[in-house]
Amino acid sequence: MNRDSNLYTFLFATIMVLVVATVLAFTSQSLKDLQKENVRKEKMQNILSTVGIVTDRDGAEELFNKYIESQLAIQNDGSIDASVDVFNNVKLSLELKKLPKEQNFPLYVAKIESKKYYIIPIRGNGLWNAIYGYISIKEDLNTIKGVVFDHIGETAGLGAEITQDWFIESFVDEKLFDINNNLIGIKVSKTNNDPNNSDKNDHEVDAISGATITGDGVTDMIIERLEHYIPYFNTLRSNKIALN
Amino acid sequence: MSNKNRALLSDPMDDNNPITVQVLGICSALAITVQLKAAIVMSISVMAVMAASNVIISLLRDLIPNRIRIIVQLVVVAAMVILVDQVLRAYAYDVSKELSIFIGLIITNCIVMGRLEAFALGNGVWRSFLDGIGNAAGYGWILILVAFFRELLGSGKLGGVKVVPDFMYEIGYVDNGLMLLSPMALITVGVIIWIQRSRNRKLIEQG
Repeated sequence: MNRDSNLYTFLFATIMVLVVATVLAFTSQSLKDLQKENVRKEKMQNILSTVGIVTDRDGAEELFNKYIESQLAIQNDGSIDASVDVFNNVKLSLELKKLPKEQNFPLYVAKIESKKYYIIPIRGNGLWNAIYGYISIKEDLNTIKGVVFDHIGETAGLGAEITQDWFIESFVDEKLFDINNNLIGIKVSKTNNDPNNSDKNDHEVDAISGATITGDGVTDMIIERLEHYIPYFNTLRSNKIALN
Repeated sequence: MSNKNRALLSDPMDDNNPITVQVLGICSALAITVQLKAAIVMSISVMAVMAASNVIISLLRDLIPNRIRIIVQLVVVAAMVILVDQVLRAYAYDVSKELSIFIGLIITNCIVMGRLEAFALGNGVWRSFLDGIGNAAGYGWILILVAFFRELLGSGKLGGVKVVPDFMYEIGYVDNGLMLLSPMALITVGVIIWIQRSRNRKLIEQG
C-alpha cells in the first residue's frame, strides 16, 4: 500500500489512536485502586501530622481510627449534619463551588492523651493552582497546634516551599483570634518584624521570598475557611462557660 | 559495542550536547534546576521516556505515513509520559508528588521530539535506544550540574540537606536568593557553554 495515500494515512491514524487509547485506559483502570488508596491514606497522614503524629502511609489508617474521635459536617449556622460521611464524601474542592449556606464544613476532632484538637481542612488559590492543607487548633479554640500545606502546581523552590517544615513550624502556637474572639487569622507577611517568630501573638509569620502570591493565598484561605466555623466555635465556647 | 555505537552515547555528553550545543530543552533546564533532587528524578524520567519512544518510533519507522509523522511522534511521547505518570502515582506516590507538573512537561521537551525526528525515524531499534539514552544523559548531567550550583549557592543545601556550615552564616555569609530565580539558571548554563567552548575549540563557529 502506498504510504503517502490518504487512505493509508487515515487508517494508520485511526489504528494508532485506538491502540494508544486502549493502552492508556487499561493502565488507568488497573492502577486506579492503588492510586485512590494512596490519596486516601495521604489524607489521613496529613490530618494526623497537624496534631504531631508522624506516620508512614501504611500505618496511617490504624492511627487515624485510634486518634480521630469524631468527624463532623458543620453547617453555616453552626449546627451539625450527622448524616454526612465527612472523610469519604466531603470534598473541599467541590464544597467551595457551592454557596456557604449549602456547604458542609468538615471538622475532625482528635483526642490525644485526653487533650482535644479541632482539625479544619482548608483550601484556596495559590499562584498556579489550588493550595490546600489542614490546620489543627487546641482546646482553647485559638492556639494553633500544627498545620500542613500542600499544593497542586506551585513553583518548585518558591511557592512549593509552603510544604516545608520550616514554614509549617512557624505557624505552631500562633493565635487565630484576638482577645475579644474576633477572627484575625495568620498573615504570611513580607514586612514581618519578627523573623525568629518569637512573638506568637502577632498573627504573622515570615513570608517566603519569591512566593508572594502563594503566601497571600495561604493568608486568605485560612481566614476564608475559619470564618465559617465561628458560629460552631461560639456554641462550643458558650457550652464551656455554662459547664464552668 | 562498536565504536560507532559508543559514539551514540558519548557524543551527546560533550561535542553534541543537547543543551549546550544544540540549545534544546532550555525551558526545563531553567525551570527545574532549583533543587538537585528534582533535577535528578527529572533526568531519569526523561531517560525512560526518550528510550521508550525512540524504540517505538524506530520500530514503526517503515509504517509511519510521512505527512503525519510529527503527530505520530507527539502521540507516542504523550502516551509514554502519561504511562510514566500513572505508574509513579500508583507505585511511587511520593516521587510523583515531588515532580507533579514536571512529568507532564516532558512532552514539551524539544530534545525528545528532536531525537525522534532526527534519529529514530532513520535508524534501527538498538541504535535508536542508545541514542535516546545518550541524549537523555547529556541533558541530565547539565541539568544536575546547574541544579548543584543553584541549590548550593541559592539555599545553602544539596539534595535538601544543609551543607553550608552555620559558622559561615555567623560571620556574615548570605545565601544568594537570585540563584533561585530563572535568570541565574540561564547565566549558569551560559557559563557552562563558555567553559565548554574554551576547552573544546571545534565547537566555536567560524566566521
